[in-house]
Amino acid sequence: MFESFLGGIHPKDGKELAKDKPIEDMPVPQELVVPMGQHIGAPCTPTVKVGDEVKRGQLIGTSPAFMHADIHAPVSGKVVKIEPRPHSGMGSCMAVVIQNDGKDEWADGLPMERNWQSMENEEILAAIQSAGIVGMGGATFPAHIKLKPSKPVDILILNGAECEPYLTADYRLMLEEGAKIITGTQILQKLLGVKRTVIGIEDNKPEAIKAMEQAANGTNIEVAALKTKYPQGAEKMLIKVISGREVPMGGLPMDVGAVVQNVGTVAAIADAVEHGLPLTERITTVTGDAIKEPKNLRIRIGTPYQAAIDYCGGFAESPKKLIAGGPMMGMAQATTAVPVMKGSSGILALTAEKVDHGPEMNCIRCGKCVKACPMGLVPSMLSILSERQAYDACRDEYGLMNCVECGCCTFVCPAKRNIVQYIKNAKGFIRAEQMKAKAAAEAKKAQEAAKKEAEK
Amino acid sequence: MSEEAVKQETASSLFTVSVSPHIRDDETISHIMWQVNAALLPAALFAVWWFGVPALINMIVGVVFAVLGEYLWQKGMHQPITAFDGSACITGLLLAMSMSPVLPPYMVAIGSLLAVIVAKQSMGGLGFNIFNPAHIGRAALMVSWPVAMTTWTKMADASGGVDAMTSATPLNILKMQGYDALIATFGSQSDLYWNLFIGTRNGSLGETSTLLLLLGGLYLIWKGYVNWQVPVTMIATVAILTWIFGPAGLFTGDPVFHVMAGGLMLGAFFMATDMVTIPMTIKGQLIFAVGAGALTVLIRLVGGYPEGVCYSLLLMNAVTPLIDRFCKPRIFGAGGAK
Repeated sequence: MFESFLGGIHPKDGKELAKDKPIEDMPVPQELVVPMGQHIGAPCTPTVKVGDEVKRGQLIGTSPAFMHADIHAPVSGKVVKIEPRPHSGMGSCMAVVIQNDGKDEWADGLPMERNWQSMENEEILAAIQSAGIVGMGGATFPAHIKLKPSKPVDILILNGAECEPYLTADYRLMLEEGAKIITGTQILQKLLGVKRTVIGIEDNKPEAIKAMEQAANGTNIEVAALKTKYPQGAEKMLIKVISGREVPMGGLPMDVGAVVQNVGTVAAIADAVEHGLPLTERITTVTGDAIKEPKNLRIRIGTPYQAAIDYCGGFAESPKKLIAGGPMMGMAQATTAVPVMKGSSGILALTAEKVDHGPEMNCIRCGKCVKACPMGLVPSMLSILSERQAYDACRDEYGLMNCVECGCCTFVCPAKRNIVQYIKNAKGFIRAEQMKAKAAAEAKKAQEAAKKEAEK
Repeated sequence: MSEEAVKQETASSLFTVSVSPHIRDDETISHIMWQVNAALLPAALFAVWWFGVPALINMIVGVVFAVLGEYLWQKGMHQPITAFDGSACITGLLLAMSMSPVLPPYMVAIGSLLAVIVAKQSMGGLGFNIFNPAHIGRAALMVSWPVAMTTWTKMADASGGVDAMTSATPLNILKMQGYDALIATFGSQSDLYWNLFIGTRNGSLGETSTLLLLLGGLYLIWKGYVNWQVPVTMIATVAILTWIFGPAGLFTGDPVFHVMAGGLMLGAFFMATDMVTIPMTIKGQLIFAVGAGALTVLIRLVGGYPEGVCYSLLLMNAVTPLIDRFCKPRIFGAGGAK
């Protein structure tokens, strides 16, 4: 068995709502809203203008920045607007609005057939990059950057843990499209030249473990049944559990020779390399006790939440919270007008019963948060110090910046304290201070340079 | 949808927008506190059977004045009322249980009020108190009415048997007359052990029955409110030290007696585990428990009081912030790649 990480929690998973619902292709709605920021890094700039006709898979947004992923039209149609629209992560973001022409035509040359085994690694990387693939577990890190590590890596870990409660998209993908995941994995094995490849799946998904074992039969890909424990799917935890290696503070997986990819990302990579398909759709779980008929949908990027919710029969009762992603790390939304993006693993609508927790009380120092923290922090002290605005103490004495915001501490807190929120506040303050200091240093440098210039 | 329409929809939306996580565990402070009360119940009921009505009166007075005191304070200070969350109830109950059954009820009432108002509410309420409120209440009474606090008269014998007890507690007999006199009082060593284990002996009203306190403590451990390491370490420390430093030289002590006598069981399971006033990490809690055990033995064997649990825990409460500061967990990834 695998050694577990310290801390973690066992929330009620709510997965029974959607786990037995096979993936359904959701019809493309009339209007798609494609945000230009769908990844960590610089947002893209539209390459089309209002009135342009676009085809599915056509490039509609790119950026000269190193850290970005290209964005493609999810359907054929006409660009009717380019304007800021609600965005599930940023509040608002420039978006290309496409009127669906109903023909769903692919751009020239798509899809194509390629034999990845005969492709050069450079070609494979280029294919992944031009497909605009990002980490689909929700972190949205551009895949082509992660797959070109600057340090030697020897282990590839596939994240099939899906430890967020309620979400079942990866689970269904592993059940129904295991072969595609295996193909994508083999492509990455070739690309990275790793010695060992492991797919980690929580042991509360025995069918997925079985399906992946069957799909991996005859390959050198291991399937690992992991303890069901949130946040088992966090990159650092997964690496620790599977390889015993501990990513150093402030470090990246490649510092310990590991690369982690979500199973959904790997399936998208298979499509991109074998068929040249850009990332224009994904599997998203629409669920929660406020959704009439929870489903796992293959859904076009840019589909407004409202359309997806309507397709699931609408709201069963009025939801108190609408969440992009899972209930532990997802972001609460103010409107159903936000669109599905590359990182949208779930659309979750929860009733008041699930999300009202009563008033916040004093910390009673019970230590439950300390026990639950997978990062070895003292969340209670971080929250108390943040409340007192002792941000420097948070950072210097209590390791503030190591918090991954997994929410375990807040989940277990019997005083219902919003610990993660306090931590975010402190982090925000410290980042703002850093930016200020940096700007001041730069201004000083510029001033000195000007002075020198004047002296000449 | 136009931008205007989006704004409209956003404005009229009824969704709550807040930071993750969006779901929480069902556990509440109040639930934990009532569970602790429930765990104290067997020993409390036994006290009523063993010591009779005065024990019942003192416990009721302790609880009522603790809860009432907290309520009135919060009302007067315009604070949210949390007096009924069970924590004041624990304070009142523990206070009464740690005192002589024949202490005049008005003293219990004063102790309760001091505990919740001085030791708890004036420091900021539950969570901000440095010292266990019940212990502060007890210590205050100890210095105010030392004679009343150390008068132990057995009032009733519900078992109907012959009243074979003297008015002193076993620890008192040991302190004043020595170990042989102690054995003589109970007949034999095994009788002594049996009486201490069952609780048919003199002492503070809630601390006599080792068996029932153990049951309550195990319940809390089983439910996960208490780390087993804390009571086990404190009791083991007392056992080892009392065995080593015996009356007739090294390794001649009676650890079994010391473990079951006095307030050690009550203290180890219900006070050394008071989450508010002890360190948060297991490492810190172990230091706390060893310190509390060692101080208990020091006071019992060397100090002026026969019993040391209350003061040893108060002293350790005082160093808890320091322990917490030096016993932080190891941060994941600290010390480079592993």
